[in-house]
Amino acid sequence: MTLTSLAVLAPLLPFLAAVVVLVSGRSAPAFVRPLAVLPTLAAFALTVVVAVRQGTGPATDAGMRLTPTGSVPIDLALHLDGFSVLIAVLVGLVATCVQIYSTGYLRDDPRYASYSAMVSLFTAAMLTVVYSGDLIMLLVGWEVMGICSYFLVGHYWETSEARDASLKAFLTTKLGDVPFLIGLFALAGETGTFRINGILTGVYAGQIHHPTLIALLLLAGVAGKSAQFPLHTWLPDAMAGPTPVSALIHAATMVAAGVYFVARLLPLFELSAAAMATLAVMAAITMIGSALAALAQDDIKRVLAYSTIGQLGYMMGALAVGNRSSAVFHLLTHGAFKALLFLGAGVVIHAAGTNSLAAMSRMRDLRTRVPDAMWTMGVGLAALAAIPPLSGFFSKESILRAAEHAAGGHQGGVPSAVGWTVLVAALLTAPLTGAYATRLFLLAFRGSGGAAPAPHRVPVVMNTVLWVLAIPSVALGVAVGALPKWFDGTALTPTLATAVLGAGLALIGVLLTYAAWRVAASRAVPLTAVAAGPAPGTLTAPASTARPGTAAPAPEAAPAPDTTPAPDAAPPPDTAPPEAAGAPAPEKASAPETSSAPEKPSAPEASTAPEKASAPQKLPAPETRAETAAIEAAQAAAVAAATGEPAATEAAAIAAHPVVYGDIAGAADPADPGRLLLGPLHRHAAHGFHLDAVYSALFVRPVTAAASLVRFLDREVVETYVSAAAGTPRVLGALVRRAQTGNVQTYLSVLLAGSLVLAAVAVLVAGA
Amino acid sequence: MNLAVASHPGFLSPTGVEITFVLVGLITLGAALVTVTTKQLVHAALWLVVALGGLAVEYLLLTAEFIAWVQVLIYVGSVVVLLLFGLMMTKAPIGRSPDADSDNRWTALAVAVLAAATLVWVVVDAFRSTWVSLGGAAQGSTEVTGEFLFRQWVLPFEALSVLLLAALVGAIVLSRRDSRER
Amino acid sequence: MHLAYPAVLAVLLFCVGLYGVLARRNAILVLMSVELMLNAVNLNLVAFDVWLRDTLHAGQALTLFTITIAAAEIGIGLSIVLLVHRNRGTADVDKLTDLTDTGTEPGFDSGSASMAPTTDNSVESATDQALPAGGQTA
Repeated sequence: MTLTSLAVLAPLLPFLAAVVVLVSGRSAPAFVRPLAVLPTLAAFALTVVVAVRQGTGPATDAGMRLTPTGSVPIDLALHLDGFSVLIAVLVGLVATCVQIYSTGYLRDDPRYASYSAMVSLFTAAMLTVVYSGDLIMLLVGWEVMGICSYFLVGHYWETSEARDASLKAFLTTKLGDVPFLIGLFALAGETGTFRINGILTGVYAGQIHHPTLIALLLLAGVAGKSAQFPLHTWLPDAMAGPTPVSALIHAATMVAAGVYFVARLLPLFELSAAAMATLAVMAAITMIGSALAALAQDDIKRVLAYSTIGQLGYMMGALAVGNRSSAVFHLLTHGAFKALLFLGAGVVIHAAGTNSLAAMSRMRDLRTRVPDAMWTMGVGLAALAAIPPLSGFFSKESILRAAEHAAGGHQGGVPSAVGWTVLVAALLTAPLTGAYATRLFLLAFRGSGGAAPAPHRVPVVMNTVLWVLAIPSVALGVAVGALPKWFDGTALTPTLATAVLGAGLALIGVLLTYAAWRVAASRAVPLTAVAAGPAPGTLTAPASTARPGTAAPAPEAAPAPDTTPAPDAAPPPDTAPPEAAGAPAPEKASAPETSSAPEKPSAPEASTAPEKASAPQKLPAPETRAETAAIEAAQAAAVAAATGEPAATEAAAIAAHPVVYGDIAGAADPADPGRLLLGPLHRHAAHGFHLDAVYSALFVRPVTAAASLVRFLDREVVETYVSAAAGTPRVLGALVRRAQTGNVQTYLSVLLAGSLVLAAVAVLVAGA
Repeated sequence: MNLAVASHPGFLSPTGVEITFVLVGLITLGAALVTVTTKQLVHAALWLVVALGGLAVEYLLLTAEFIAWVQVLIYVGSVVVLLLFGLMMTKAPIGRSPDADSDNRWTALAVAVLAAATLVWVVVDAFRSTWVSLGGAAQGSTEVTGEFLFRQWVLPFEALSVLLLAALVGAIVLSRRDSRER
Repeated sequence: MHLAYPAVLAVLLFCVGLYGVLARRNAILVLMSVELMLNAVNLNLVAFDVWLRDTLHAGQALTLFTITIAAAEIGIGLSIVLLVHRNRGTADVDKLTDLTDTGTEPGFDSGSASMAPTTDNSVESATDQALPAGGQTA
């Protein structure tokens, strides 16, 4: 087969699989798993073959005219070069890993068929974007990815978090896509073609007359898709989707599509210094802000989400200094290790039964429970923090080097201020990255306290996938010498100065965090103090609604979370009303025997604070019980899901988090090293620097007000007209009805009188 | 008649036939008026006999003998008898019934008067100077009638017999009481 | 003879019949008025036939046909009136107002619908009850 047909087949296979699964998934569930995994695997193999055959040779282009539109034609075009084939390999690899992982992760999910079909469709769309040589084709893939992301984030649509997050993700990316579309049309209008090669030719030929406008319009779409400031807020919320989805879409591939797009059209952006400066500022703000926010998150997946935003900021920074090789290099390494981290986080959440780092840090045995996840995530986090000699180090160093190169004014078309912006931001982010990576690792795997309450076995496929992904995370750095031949030829090897600087800063971040952790651990308080005191009734709701099929034992778990305040629970005094302690007294007696039986042995050990130690074994003191209650509350579904399906655990954990901690993002845990490091900044960072609140004040409230105004107008004004329009005929009808007496003679009289008048008129007219 | 046409009689140059026609016409019209205005239902039917009989005389004056006799036989003989039977079977009151006219009567009067005015105007305007010659062979003697009826009009005549048969059957079906349902 | 005489007589007879049709309450009187109108037409037909001296004598032939049809019509009409009288106890045209738009649901008209037949038995009983009243009023 020719190279072109192989490249066409790669997106086509998952697409056909998605169609088949969507059509037949309900009737033939046994075929769903093979249909999900095998075409994706085949597509991965095809991408590898394409990459090998394309090699470092000149770019391959193929196309056929799809639609003569009358003005700018639309082509079905392929463009294969070093960038696209390597990214395709990454997409294939991550998609395959995610599909395999999902067979374990969502093994009992009733909607697995549609889920896997969506993942397959997403894979096809992403491969289309990567291979496409035509902007309209690229846009099709781009939008299909958006809708897949919407469906997959909303996979647990029983929970309101997932529903809200899916809508937010969709609307935010669409907000960027509108200017993106306009930008594409403007671009095509100026160059007369949608073919990327044609556009680049036009760029070099000086056909672009409004480069800044077009570049900024396109950047809006890129910012939405790649979750860059100020359109990034959807990505942390999108973590309400299943973990494999987060790994595939919201870490490794889809969000990288924006980076890839800019990389493909970089010469266009280079025409406009303003666009490059915007890109640089955007990247810098994104990097630093997201790193700070990542340091303050309590949800393990939100940490990784903010980290993703930050790493995408790195890539954007690399593009801002005009170096797409390093951007794509970082895209590749980041795709590998971030997929690994997300999938590992899925394992950890499954094992811990919670997504809260505060709760994990009070579990002693996570490191022994999931050793595979610990080791692979350690590798991934080290790569993330750019510790040499892992892959992340090399890719990040290449960016630093490019920024330094530009800062020195050696990069044509890039002002040195842009280079300095990127360089400083990247260097500032380096220790922060190290800090949050370390914090994540320490809190998740170096916890002390009770045992994790949900002793489920981790499916083998999940661990296997972790190790598979660990290989590129470790070893992709060695490709640093060979990659320039595939890319632009720009050298990617680290230089001494930036390497020492970057790695040193990262290490400083790591060590500082470790020290802070040691200090903070000494002031550990029971989790009760952290928990924001849920009402007894509300806590079971998410657990039971999350998985309707498996939540049968949930009512037994329900009485446990009565929220007696611990004596030292000063931080949230208002959230735990005293009457809540006395109210559920009858349940209190029954709860230990029925619901918390598996946890009971662990309850005394859980009390690390001195006043808990004296708690009696058989009937735990209120404080001790409250502590276990909080853990237990967060993991109600872990107990409930007797099957131990990982996805069910996660869905319930996400749903329970805001109930337990009063907030979806943060937890008021004094033992958190991030709190110590950030100081007063922590509160703001935990909420993403209140950007959502700003948006709410700036956009949501005016829109709501406008909507209520429209509703008022509709109710009071338009409806008056409508009812008048209805009332007038009714009155007229009542008048006419009086003529309908039913008396034939009346009818006849009127009829004859009418004809008489007509006859008279006719005679008069004829006479005249 | 050629002679009459040639002599150009004036508009008001009544011959004997004309005078008779007008007098009988007045009687007919008066009888008709009484028919539609009287409060006694049976009287109405009897005045109808006078009106229809007057019309028969008019037919005779117009030399349509056969039609005159048919008029007498069918209308005066059978139709009026039928109407009288109908009055009896619907238990029409003997004597004055004050509600013989409906509330619609003033509208009806207006419509009728207006129609009459319009039509009279039109007809007089149209036939102001038209004369009918009544001389010569009778236009509607029995012989003539039989000839044209059974030469030229035999097919409609036969079709009409079918219509009469259908009306006969229909009247019987409508008016008989269904013994099966009783 | 002046053609205007029979023509005007026909017009006046027709309008008298018209008045009767529109003004009379009893259905049989309405039928009588219809007869008057038909006869007016007949007179017209005969007069014009004589005037035109038609070789086919279409006017007289049509008059004969009209007379026949009038006979048929009076037979059918009377049987219908009888049927109505039997079912409703009245032969008054202005009481047959089932088609009145009362603005409410059809079939629940207060006056005449209560007399509408539902079954034959009820028809008969309704007729028997209504007969004395109808006999006095009609």
